[in-house]
Amino acid sequence: MFRAAVRLSVSGARSLTRPQLGLTAPLAQRCYAHGGKLESDEEFDARWVTYFNKADIDAWELRKGMNTLIGYDLVPEPKILEAALRACRRLNDLASAIRILEAVKDKSGPHKKIYPYLIQELRPTLDELGISTPEELGMD
Amino acid sequence: MLHLTTGRVGCLLSKQAVVALTSSGARMSSHGHHEVSDSVDMSQPMYWDRLDTPLPDRPWKDVLDSTDKSLKQKEKGPWTALSKEEKIALYRLKFNHTYPEMKRPSHEWKTVIGGMFIFFGITGLVVFWQGHYVYPPQPHTFGEEWQAKQIQRMLDMRINPIEGFSAQWDYKNKQWK
Repeated sequence: MFRAAVRLSVSGARSLTRPQLGLTAPLAQRCYAHGGKLESDEEFDARWVTYFNKADIDAWELRKGMNTLIGYDLVPEPKILEAALRACRRLNDLASAIRILEAVKDKSGPHKKIYPYLIQELRPTLDELGISTPEELGMD
Repeated sequence: MLHLTTGRVGCLLSKQAVVALTSSGARMSSHGHHEVSDSVDMSQPMYWDRLDTPLPDRPWKDVLDSTDKSLKQKEKGPWTALSKEEKIALYRLKFNHTYPEMKRPSHEWKTVIGGMFIFFGITGLVVFWQGHYVYPPQPHTFGEEWQAKQIQRMLDMRINPIEGFSAQWDYKNKQWK
């Protein structure tokens, strides 16, 4: 807990994800209690990208994934968000895509530089899929 | 994760949860999602606005009229073809409040502080009334004359002559130091 708190207090647009501890199961974010090995940032990101990249992802899985991801003590990497936005596209759900952008902006908390960085990184995807940001729609 | 279950339970306790009626039965209406009324079917998926749960179980408006349905059809095509208003309309179909709307400050604190002061005031009145009507007369030892005699006796007895009471009295000049 302390480590997460220290990390989140280190501001910086680049330090987005935090090392997550636990098994490969999406819900197991507990630490070494069972003696498992520490999952690296890349493994965490890869796991979530794979989750959202599932071709026939259904709406429930999208909701579950997003709600779980937002529950973590981190701001997701652009590549995870890109996979999630593409999942929204496969599900024909623009509203959820915009909601996801709002949610990650909220997750950044006091670190104002994170959200513009995310939008900058996601800009090609946003343009390709035609997703407007909440700011473009005047919803802020 | 604990927070996921509290997402379910917490919505009942959260002041910002908007518990909507389900779309079954005669009670439905297209925007019929009001605050908790007499009975809500908790066995159906519910909608809530929560910062930590961006995608609730159910869309906000699940009874769509024909314009909504045609918009939803258009949503299946490229989103670049949608206008801003259409995108906003799609968002509002699915969600009630935006994040900034969820986070809007309320004036509740004024009610709380005001209520606090009112209760302080009432308590003050009660204490004052009590002092006037309830307390018995003061003991006679509190009177001016008695107090003076008491002090003189204490000085005569040399109470705490080094650091305390009598040390403050200048015996030569018969006054306080």
